[in-house]
Order: sequence, then structure tokens, then C-alpha cells
Amino acid sequence: MSAPVSLPEKVSVKNLKFFYGANLALKDISLPLYDKKVTAFIGPSGCGKSTLLRVLNRMYDLYPRQRAEGSVMLDGEDILADGQDVNLLRAKIGMVFQKPTPFPMSIYDNVAFGIRLYEDLPKSEMDGRVETALRGAALWTEVKDKLDSSGLGLSGGQQQRLCIARSVAVKPEVILFDEPCSALDPISTAKIEELIDELKSQYTIAIVTHNMQQAARVSDYTAFMYLGELIEFDETSRIFTAPRQRATQDYITGRFG
Amino acid sequence: MTEHTVTAFDAELKDLQSTIAEMGGLAEKMQADAIDALSRQDIKLAQQIIAVDARLDHLQREIEEKAILTIARRQPMAIDLRDVIATIRIANDLERVGDLVKNMAKRILAMEGHFPPQKLLAGINNMSLMALAQFKAVLDAYTQRDAQAALAVWQRDGEIDNLYNSLFRELLTYMMEDPRNIGFCTHLLFGAKNVERIGDHATNIAETVYFLVTGQNLGVDRPKGEGIEPTA
Repeated sequence: MSAPVSLPEKVSVKNLKFFYGANLALKDISLPLYDKKVTAFIGPSGCGKSTLLRVLNRMYDLYPRQRAEGSVMLDGEDILADGQDVNLLRAKIGMVFQKPTPFPMSIYDNVAFGIRLYEDLPKSEMDGRVETALRGAALWTEVKDKLDSSGLGLSGGQQQRLCIARSVAVKPEVILFDEPCSALDPISTAKIEELIDELKSQYTIAIVTHNMQQAARVSDYTAFMYLGELIEFDETSRIFTAPRQRATQDYITGRFG
Repeated sequence: MTEHTVTAFDAELKDLQSTIAEMGGLAEKMQADAIDALSRQDIKLAQQIIAVDARLDHLQREIEEKAILTIARRQPMAIDLRDVIATIRIANDLERVGDLVKNMAKRILAMEGHFPPQKLLAGINNMSLMALAQFKAVLDAYTQRDAQAALAVWQRDGEIDNLYNSLFRELLTYMMEDPRNIGFCTHLLFGAKNVERIGDHATNIAETVYFLVTGQNLGVDRPKGEGIEPTA
């Protein structure tokens, strides 16, 4: 069930279990996120794919009675360890959500906000960082003349790219996308997919998506999960043409219950 | 196989598969008829074969159009994707088989009045029967989704090639013996080449069935008989 080639693993999930109270939501998951590759998580609702993504930057810390067992190694360091600085971790592992979540502030400040949390930069340098981030998110040409207007005034697709710019601005190593296109029209979706393709030259990317074609288009590796278990992990080209597991095939061909 | 949540998708796939079955049945009958028409010098039967080919062409276009629509509508994945691609590929092979048999039928018409003696027909007859057996076997493999049966067809193709090579030499001998034999021997030679190609199409279909079932492509080293010298 492992990939045939051995690539450097940016993130290694090992024997991960996750509990919502007494409820076991992830059952002994082990998989890699290969360095500078896109890994897609697919599976029906409730399979644990979003939970897994949330574990990767310890989102669950925000909630009581949720806990993880096992290990998630980022460059050899266990991010689940007690001493882990969660804020620093989230700077290394950025996240983009299903619905665009711009802050109620200017486009400029939306991007600068995250940088200010970690760094104290002079204005000129900050301008450069904001521009680089907006360019990186393929939004610069659309907003460069209205950086002071509210981020909430942008279209849905632009807002989502603004959120990507915000993630990219703090120079993360890994970016997690939780259904980033599910609220977007096809053109905005195409722009995000194009962007993911560009981003993977610099970042390791994980994406949760319900859109099978999207997973097939954007990812290098795909993990199929079902009821909290990892059913199959393989190269995307293999998963979508000739998966090894019956359950995977039934799911991606639309034969599931 | 479990049904799709969208049942119309199942209906589309079944429709494609049953059209392949219909094409296969027609092409099989054409081949059997061609064998009869040649050995009985049956001009009428040969004309019927030519007429049936149009239906085969029509079905091939129909499969292509429907398969394209299915891809556009359903974006098939995994086994479904292989299934749709397989129908397009097999329909192409079947259409070509129809053309080859039609060509044989036309040669039977052309030989009217100058038919070769029966003993000369034994070779091509054997070869045709072997190709027909291969053809039936591979269609069964498709219907049954049987990768091993497809593999067996694929491995047997060398036999037809060998038979073709020996027939080639035999006909050449007759032509050298008596120039009056050249006319029908040429027809038989081209006919034999057609049969050999039908064998190749059966092998193509075997490869497609193997891919359809397993998701793997068969190797490139397809079994071949000994080559013949181009100018022999």
C-alpha cells in the first residue's frame, strides 16, 4: 500500500488515532506527504479526511475532549508532542478553508496580518512581502490598485486566493487545503487549481476534495479514506485508472451505497 | 459489479457493451459466411457479406458517438473509464475486421469463372477457421471479462502468422508452376493476408480486454511468427 518510489517525506503520519470524546474518528492512519508534491484526500463524508487535515496543524487543540495518538513528523519532529509551539507550527503549516475567510480589513492588511504576528518589518519591506504573497496567489494584477479596499468586497474566487496569499505570506512549508473550491465557480476553480500546480514547486500540499476530477487533476498522490481508515494510498494516476482496492473503485466510480 | 448510484450511467455502459456484442456477432457471422462462400463459390453469399459491412460501420460510429457523450457526461473513472475506452478500441477493431472480410468477399466475386481448384483452398480455409476461433474466443473473453482467456488468445496469434507464411510459400510455388494460376493465387494471397490481419485485430482486442480487466497493459513483445522475406 505504499508508493513504489521513495521520495523524501515532508510529513510522516504514523499510527495516528484521533478521538472526538470517546468516538474514534481516525483508526491507525499511516501515510506520507511527499516533499513538494500534492496529496489529495478523498472519501465520503465522515471518512475522516478533514479530521486528518485538522490534525496536521493541530486545529483540534482549540476544542476540549479531542485528542490524537500516534505521531505526525514534520521534518523529523513530532508536531503532536506536548512541547510543540502551536503558533509556530501553524506558520509552517498553513491552511485554506472551504469557505473563503477574509478578515474584515483591507486587502493589504489581510495579507500583512499574519506576517506581523511573526515578524516586525519596516513598511517598505512589508510592501514587498505583501506583493510577493499576492503575486504568489495569482491575485496581484487584480487588486494592486485597490489594496486599501476591504477584502470582503472581492468575489468568492478572489477572496479564496486572498486567503491563499495570507497563507503563503508567512512562508509556510506545507499548505493544507480543505475543499478550497467547493464554493467557487468553474473559472475560479480553474485558477485555484492552476495556482496549486504552481505552488507545489515551493510547498508540500495536501488537499481534501469531494470533486474526484479535481483530485485527479491536481494531485500527485491520492489517499482514499473510509470510516476513519486509510483504504488505499497510491500515485494518483494509478488510483483513478486502476485502483487496487474494490472500495476505492466503488467510490471513485460512483457505486457507493 | 455493484450498480452506480446514477442508474442512467449503468444503462449507458450496458448499451455500449451490448452494441459491441452485436458488432462482434455480425463480424463473426461475416467471417463464417466468407469461409462458406469461398469453399462453395457462392456469389450470392459473398454479396450478402458486402451488404452487412455497412451495418458494422454504422454501429462503430454509433459506439464512438455514445462513448464520447458518456465521457462528457459522466467523466468515468477507473473500471468505467477503461470500459468506455475499451468499447471505442474494440469497435474500431471490429469495424476493420468487417472491412477485411468485405474485401475477401469482393475477391470471391472477382474470381467468378476462374475459381481455383478445391485443393488450393484448403490452406486459406484452415487459416480462416483458426482466425475465426481466435475471434470467437476473444469476444467471449470480452463478454466474460476474462483476462486469462484474453491472454491465451494473445499468445496464440503466432500460429496464424506461421500458417500465413507457409501458405504464402505454397501459393508462390503454384504461381511459378503455371502463370495461369497467378490470377486466383494473387486473390488468395491477399485473402490470406486479410485473414492474418483479422488475427492481429483479435490480438488487439485481447490486449484491450486484458487492460480492461486488469488495468495493466500487456508487454510490447507480442508473439510473432517467423517473418517472410519481402521478395521471396
